[in-house]
Amino acid sequence: MTNSARSDGAAPAAYKILVAGGFGVGKTTLVGSVSEIRPLSTEEDLSEAGAAVDDLRAIEAKRRTTVAMDFGRITLGGGVVLYLFGTPGQERFWFMWEQLARGAVGAVVLVDTRRLTASFASIDYFEQRSAPFVIAVNQFEDAASYTEDEIRVALDLDPHVPVVLCDARRPDSARTVLVALIDHALRVGESV
Amino acid sequence: MDTGRDRGGDARRERWVDEAAGPLVRPYALTRGRTRARGGALDLVTILRATGARLPDGARLASEQRRLLALCARPCTVADLASDVALPLGVVQVLIGDLLDQGLVEVARRAPTDRLDPAILRKIRDELRAL
Ligand SMILES: Nc1nc2c(ncn2[C@@H]2O[C@H](COP(=O)(O)OP(=O)(O)O)[C@@H](O)[C@H]2O)c(=O)[nH]1
Ligand SMILES: [Mg+2]
Repeated sequence: MTNSARSDGAAPAAYKILVAGGFGVGKTTLVGSVSEIRPLSTEEDLSEAGAAVDDLRAIEAKRRTTVAMDFGRITLGGGVVLYLFGTPGQERFWFMWEQLARGAVGAVVLVDTRRLTASFASIDYFEQRSAPFVIAVNQFEDAASYTEDEIRVALDLDPHVPVVLCDARRPDSARTVLVALIDHALRVGESV
Repeated sequence: MDTGRDRGGDARRERWVDEAAGPLVRPYALTRGRTRARGGALDLVTILRATGARLPDGARLASEQRRLLALCARPCTVADLASDVALPLGVVQVLIGDLLDQGLVEVARRAPTDRLDPAILRKIRDELRAL
C-alpha cells in the first residue's frame, strides 16, 4: 500500500516569503506584526564545511556563530501556510539567502530612508537573481519624507519594482506589503 | 548503514569550548561534525512525516532524533522542526537527512523549487486579504 492512502492529517502546502534589508530597518518588527513568530537559528559558516568532517577538532576550530533568523508563520485558509524568513542583508549572510530564495514567492526589502545604503546589498541580491521583490519603505517618524520617485532614483531601481510605504509595526500595513509582493510576482510571471 | 552513534566517547569527555561557538559544538558533535546533509540541504518548507517504520535492529537514535521523529507524527516543515527542538537549522537538516536515509521519515510534500504557479499565488494573496 502506498503512503498516499494514509488518512492522517493531509500535509498543508507551505510557501516562503523573505524579508530582507539592513540592520535596524524593521525586519523583526514586520515579521512579528503579521505572523506568529517562532525562534529559529542557523550558523554562519555552514556553507564552507565539507560533507563529512571526521575530526571534531576541525569543527571546534571553525568558530561558528549562531545567527538568529526572523521566522514567522501565517496559517491561511485552504490548507496554506505562509512562512516568513528574515535575515540580515549583508553579503556574508548570502549563503542563507540561497536556500531561502529557492521556490519562494519573493522578497520584501525593507528600507529606512535615513540609511538607504543599509539595504543596497539586499537589493543587489534579488536583482542579480531576478527574484520578484518589492521595496517597503518603513516610515520612521523622525525621517524626512521623500516621494516614491526620489526613493526610486536613490535606490536605482528598475521601473517595474514596486515601492510601498509602510509602518512595519502595523499588521494591516505589513499585510499590504505582502499582498503588493504577490501582485508583483504575478505580473513578473505574466511577462516571462 | 551505520545508524548507531558513538556519542559516549571523546565528544562527551572533551570540552568543546569556544567563546564564539561554545553552545554549538555539542549540536555538531551530534551530527559527528557533518555540517551538511548528503544530497543537499532540505528546504525549510519541505514537509516531513514519520513513516511508522521500526528502527532497524541494533540501531540507536540520539535523543534529539527521537524528538524529531516524534514531532513528525504529524506533517511538519523543516523550519518548524528546527524551531521546536531549538537546534540550529543546519544541524536539524543533517539529523533529518539521517532519519530519511533510515526510512523513519518521508517527504510528505516537496517544497516548490521554481517560480510559483499563478493560481497558487492568487490563492495565497486572496487568503491573506481575507485575514
Ligand atoms: N517608528 C517606527 N519604528 C519602527 C518601525 N519598524 C521598526 N521600528 C523600530 O526600529 C527598531 C529596529 O527594528 P527591528 O525590527 O529590530 O529591525 P531589524 O534589525 O531589521 O530586525 C526597533 O526599535 C523598532 O521598534 C516603524 O515602522 N516605525
Ligand atoms: Mg532583527
